[in-house]
Amino acid sequence: MVHTEEMNAIDDAEAAKRRALRSGWSARRAMVSEFWFYFSENKGAVIGLVVFLLLVAVALLAPLLSPHSPTFQDRNALLLPPFWQEGGRTAYLLGTDAVGRDILSRLIYGARFSLFIGVVVVTVALTGGILIGLIAGFFRGWIDIVIMRVMDVILAFPSLLLALVLVAILGPGLVNAMIAIALVLQPHFVRLTRASVMTEKSKDYVVAARVAGAGPIRLMTKTILPNCLAPLIVQGTLSFSNAILDAAALGFLGMGAQPPTPEWGTMLAEAREFIQSAWWVVTFPGLAILVTVLAINLVGDGLRDALDPKLKRS
Amino acid sequence: MSTIIEAQDLSRFYEVSRGLFAEPATVRALSEASFSVTEGTTLAVVGESGCGKSTLARLLTMIEPPSAGELVIDGHKLGAASRSELAELRKTVQIVFQDPYGSLNPRQKIGSILEEPLKINTRMPAKERREKAFDMLIRVGLRPEHYARYPHMFSGGQRQRIAIARALMLDPKILILDEPVSALDVSIQAQVLNILADLQEEFGLTYIFISHDLSVVRFVADEVMVMYLGRPVEFAAVTEVFDKPLHPYTVALLSATPVADPRRTRQNIKLEGELPSPISPPSGCPFHPRCRYAREKCSDVLPPMTLHGETWVACHGITDGWIDYSAEPPPASTVAVDELPGDAPEEPGGAVKAPEPGSPV
Repeated sequence: MVHTEEMNAIDDAEAAKRRALRSGWSARRAMVSEFWFYFSENKGAVIGLVVFLLLVAVALLAPLLSPHSPTFQDRNALLLPPFWQEGGRTAYLLGTDAVGRDILSRLIYGARFSLFIGVVVVTVALTGGILIGLIAGFFRGWIDIVIMRVMDVILAFPSLLLALVLVAILGPGLVNAMIAIALVLQPHFVRLTRASVMTEKSKDYVVAARVAGAGPIRLMTKTILPNCLAPLIVQGTLSFSNAILDAAALGFLGMGAQPPTPEWGTMLAEAREFIQSAWWVVTFPGLAILVTVLAINLVGDGLRDALDPKLKRS
Repeated sequence: MSTIIEAQDLSRFYEVSRGLFAEPATVRALSEASFSVTEGTTLAVVGESGCGKSTLARLLTMIEPPSAGELVIDGHKLGAASRSELAELRKTVQIVFQDPYGSLNPRQKIGSILEEPLKINTRMPAKERREKAFDMLIRVGLRPEHYARYPHMFSGGQRQRIAIARALMLDPKILILDEPVSALDVSIQAQVLNILADLQEEFGLTYIFISHDLSVVRFVADEVMVMYLGRPVEFAAVTEVFDKPLHPYTVALLSATPVADPRRTRQNIKLEGELPSPISPPSGCPFHPRCRYAREKCSDVLPPMTLHGETWVACHGITDGWIDYSAEPPPASTVAVDELPGDAPEEPGGAVKAPEPGSPV
């Protein structure tokens, strides 16, 4: 009798442990749902997210969605207006450009470039920025001084001008433009990381990890970094739109993607001379940039509100 | 019973810069602390804020090296220890912090918080680690379900118990408790103190209990070390300190503790003046500017720790015998004495400041 009771008790304890391990998932789910609760409070952010997801879908499905090849030139349809205007054709919904390419198709393919630019630039700037900022904030001393002064120098230049200079040195092209933009955006990430590393580093849980014997690498990556991520995520989102904007600006100035790449900024540059005569050639790429950047900025604002513990009620 | 911690003239100085052109100053956070702790007992370190209690904790946990002096922990001399010895020593001493909200990593689950010390210091397989974490959770009065939760889901008392569990994961011999209950409300304090007492008995732990709450100290301590401005001023068994306090600072400190006894007349000694800056400590006895028994000798000569009865005390008045509490009548005089401008160390002519018993100045 006693024996079975003991067995039951052991079984209960085992069951409790198993339940505990499973409840880890529900804890994570609870965190996600809390995040979503605060994020969805902000209607603008939700709209931005929807637009952004649509854009991603369009970029992924570009070959299926676009009615024409982005580089196919129709000699019989030069500078056609959109279909609702006199002289427009339904085959070219948003009209054609000066060499007879379908603008809608080029915009759809352009989404791929813009998102690609955003992802690459933010990844490069974020990784570099976190690494450098972590070292500066954790070790302090002369290494911190050197890093921060270099960052100050980079920040002292107007960003587009610096990017322009870098591209001029590296040679025009989309990849070089992305490298240049990543370099220009880097200091923001470095500063942000350094600042939050410095605040986190003085907290007791870091000391506790040190007493437990954690070395500097473990302290930096496992203990401190996860607690610094919230502002970095926000900055990353906002930089995403900045990168798209800068890349478009470089493209417009002839230093970014080269024709016939259907990049939005480059499209604008090619259409410059038709601003007066054919409004659609400039308007649609411009609108595409505007909507994308706006959507991502809205998402970024929403993220900041949702991730900032100071703005939370409860 | 053997001695587990032996400190000899332990000191810690900090350099602080005072602007671009000023000479950097030296803060003497801890100077010449000598004491020893017997295995399995609790040493309480008391004193007001800024007296070096937390610096002592940082030295004992080896977060910082001492600037001078010698520290022997569990038979290993700290300065001479090799790398592997140091790693071993680190397992011997663990710490529990005051603020349970800041001492747990908010992005780690309780399970991984508890397992982290094992992960770093041992080659224990994951399954064993998990078992040990579960065991420890139950030991400190939590449930296995808490294993996978995040710190923000717990109350202050529960968090402090998690912090205690984490400190015990490496089977340490010494636990530094840096004001472990002062951030908790009173009912929870008792709970945590009881758990600490049970654990001490079970594992034969040695506690260094840092606190400014004397009623708690009386409950937990075996020995008490009173500190003032980075120096120990009195060191004795807890009953000695509470029943026969010797150093004037200890007396003042004890008189400030509230006692729940309406019939007892309170003899409240108010200390005048501020704690002096540890950048430029007063000459001689660091307590003399605030001491009502101070004589000329006090501002000239630093009193050494001497054994008086069963108490180690650093006070000229006690060793030379001019302080005698038994001759002093209760409350009235002490209150009156406090009208003295306490912040003026240089009394003209080095006159005897201590008034005759019963004669208000």
